[in-house]
Amino acid sequence: MTPHAVSWAWVVLALPLAGTVGIALGWRTLGGRLAGWIGSGTIGLSFLAGLAMYTTLEEVPPPGRHLVGSAWEYVGTSGVHVDLAVLVDPLSTFMVLVVTSVSFLIHVYSVAYLDSDRGYARFFSYLNFFVFSMLLLVLAANFVVLIVGWAFVGAASYLLISFWYRRDTATRAGIKAFVINVIGDVGLVVAAFLILSQLGSLDYAAAFAAVKSVPRDDGVLIAACLLLLVGAFAKSGQLPLHTWLPDAMEGPTPVSALIHAATMVTAGVYLIARCYPLFEHAPTAAAIGALVGTLTLLFAATVALVVTDLKRIIAYSTISQIGYMVLGVSAFAYSAGLFHLMTHAFFKALLFMGAGSVVSALGMTNESIDRMSGFRKAMPFTFATFTIGAAALAGFPLLSGFFSKDEVLSYTLHRGGLYTLLAVLGYAAALLTAFYAFRMVFRVFFGEPVEGASSLERGDLYHAEPRNPLTGEEEDTDVGFPGPEHHIAERAFSMKAPMAILALLAVVGGLMAVPGLTAEVEHFLEPSFAASEHLHEKPPVSEQLTGLAIGGVLALLGIGAAYLVYLRRPSLARSARERLSLVHRFLVNKWYFDELYDRAFVRPGRALGRFGRATVERVLVQGALVGGATGVVRAGTAFARAIQTGYLRAYALLLLAGVCALALYFLIASR
Amino acid sequence: MTWFVVLSAFIFCIGAAGVLTRRNPLVILLCLELMLNAGNLALLAFARGHGDGAGQVFALVVMVIAACEVVIGLGLIVAMYRHKLPIDADEMSELRG
Repeated sequence: MTPHAVSWAWVVLALPLAGTVGIALGWRTLGGRLAGWIGSGTIGLSFLAGLAMYTTLEEVPPPGRHLVGSAWEYVGTSGVHVDLAVLVDPLSTFMVLVVTSVSFLIHVYSVAYLDSDRGYARFFSYLNFFVFSMLLLVLAANFVVLIVGWAFVGAASYLLISFWYRRDTATRAGIKAFVINVIGDVGLVVAAFLILSQLGSLDYAAAFAAVKSVPRDDGVLIAACLLLLVGAFAKSGQLPLHTWLPDAMEGPTPVSALIHAATMVTAGVYLIARCYPLFEHAPTAAAIGALVGTLTLLFAATVALVVTDLKRIIAYSTISQIGYMVLGVSAFAYSAGLFHLMTHAFFKALLFMGAGSVVSALGMTNESIDRMSGFRKAMPFTFATFTIGAAALAGFPLLSGFFSKDEVLSYTLHRGGLYTLLAVLGYAAALLTAFYAFRMVFRVFFGEPVEGASSLERGDLYHAEPRNPLTGEEEDTDVGFPGPEHHIAERAFSMKAPMAILALLAVVGGLMAVPGLTAEVEHFLEPSFAASEHLHEKPPVSEQLTGLAIGGVLALLGIGAAYLVYLRRPSLARSARERLSLVHRFLVNKWYFDELYDRAFVRPGRALGRFGRATVERVLVQGALVGGATGVVRAGTAFARAIQTGYLRAYALLLLAGVCALALYFLIASR
Repeated sequence: MTWFVVLSAFIFCIGAAGVLTRRNPLVILLCLELMLNAGNLALLAFARGHGDGAGQVFALVVMVIAACEVVIGLGLIVAMYRHKLPIDADEMSELRG
């Protein structure tokens, strides 16, 4: 008999899939907000099924909490056996709960947010598909199913980022995301191949059991781990494959929330945590992962200091926070990394919802914080929740981000050696995080109200023709784009409720792992990481508390600095920018990564394509191959064609002549 | 019997000449019919000369085939008329290579 938890896992998977197909088939008949409520309902039920999965898993004694359920055999040849199988263990259950709960809230938020959009049903069909793909990814029991989910997530992100497909910048951002994701897919597929050839199985359990027989830091194993990291970095927006993530802001705001908080970017962190036996057996690869994570978190924090697009600031903060998670799981502090994943999902979804609220209050015309200020009185609810989210991001004492980020850093510090340096850099970035988080709050909500804010205060809604904030072109509202009537401005209950719940979670989420008091996440996840060599390498409570104190002081310092620069003495920001104009330009251009890729890959690729079209295609293919073949046939058939005059009587004459000739032959032959 | 065969050959030549020279498809069909019936005449003559019934059976088969051919040929002509195409076999030369 299949264990109950596994049956619930199939239910968890089936519901979003049913939502995708149902909404896609019934889009004509689903009027009003029905499609949105159906989409939210399937994810909500999926969350409940996830809870059932959790409780049934808790009934299993801890050593046996690794349940595999197989639907059927996918591939069965000599040496390769792949089942369509799900794996239910604490890690996958944890991910399922985080993904479904946050996705459900984002779905409910979208019900009102996308209200005036022409592509309403299409949006929810895609959104359900996105969640389904992510659940398939985390529930997979072998690398093949993982890759299927992985690729589905990439495809869903493409569909959603370029959701407003009349918008040039959106389709281009979608293509960029897809291409970079495919680079990661290739890394993952090659890694799976190396794992199969080296460890003899694609099943997690069998492959991880076989790793002990391979010498430590074996070359092929390191290569496999590095390729896994390529896949993880592409999905999670880590250096140097991060460039798609800020551009992904072109999609509707709930999509940004979904990509950044619940689904896509956490896949890389999950992958590293899931493959921990490989990484522990190849510490070189793990160290590289930790190093890249640290560089990314520093890089993204510096860029977030100067970017002016509100959603892009949050995007860079995501890159930075994922850097912390990658650092955590690569430094073998799995529960710390995953705990940060969870709290980050709460406050990041909250921040995006707040940003969406502000952006929609301005009629989708403007996402630049240079043209926002003074929304505090106009949107008190958004102000309160956004500030809570920003404070949690900054690591304000006793909020969720405070506990989770410092847990990652104190574990890293405890490992010593190279990791000490990484932890110090992490603390430095934490200071920057606090600064840029409150830069957003102070710039958007404080100061003199802009036109949109003051008209909202008077009670009427600001109207403007929707324009693309990047290019200034007028939006094509015929297909999908919400249009000038789109004005929500925190009036919809279905937008406020998810924000309130997330704000609550962002405040109390940290209490699940207070050093010395509670360790819920760690205890729950322990059976998944039972084979880890580093399971009991915990920093003592006193060390953790010191870390918390340092983190708290840094957060307060950062917030204080932001207060000083943006509220008390606004001239300070300007003079600093002028004095450090070189640095500022470097950061505003995001360390010139996009330009570098443009020069290194895009332009040579385009030049190669032009060259190929001009020479290979025109001369060789069209000229020599196609022209040559037709020429030979034409010349060879010249005589046959000449006979085909098309005149009926000519054919009749030939026929007659032939018959006469035959008759003559037989007459002569019969002599 | 010789004269029967001579007459048959004579009619066949008239038919063949008509098929080769005329451009009106209706007349071509008529001439084809002449050729077929010339063949029939020869078959019957030989059947009688040899005292064998097989030639008569062949003649019957040829008549059936002639009927089918006329049905198709006239059908084509009606179709040409319906499409306002010129009723001229030489104009129908799209199969020229």
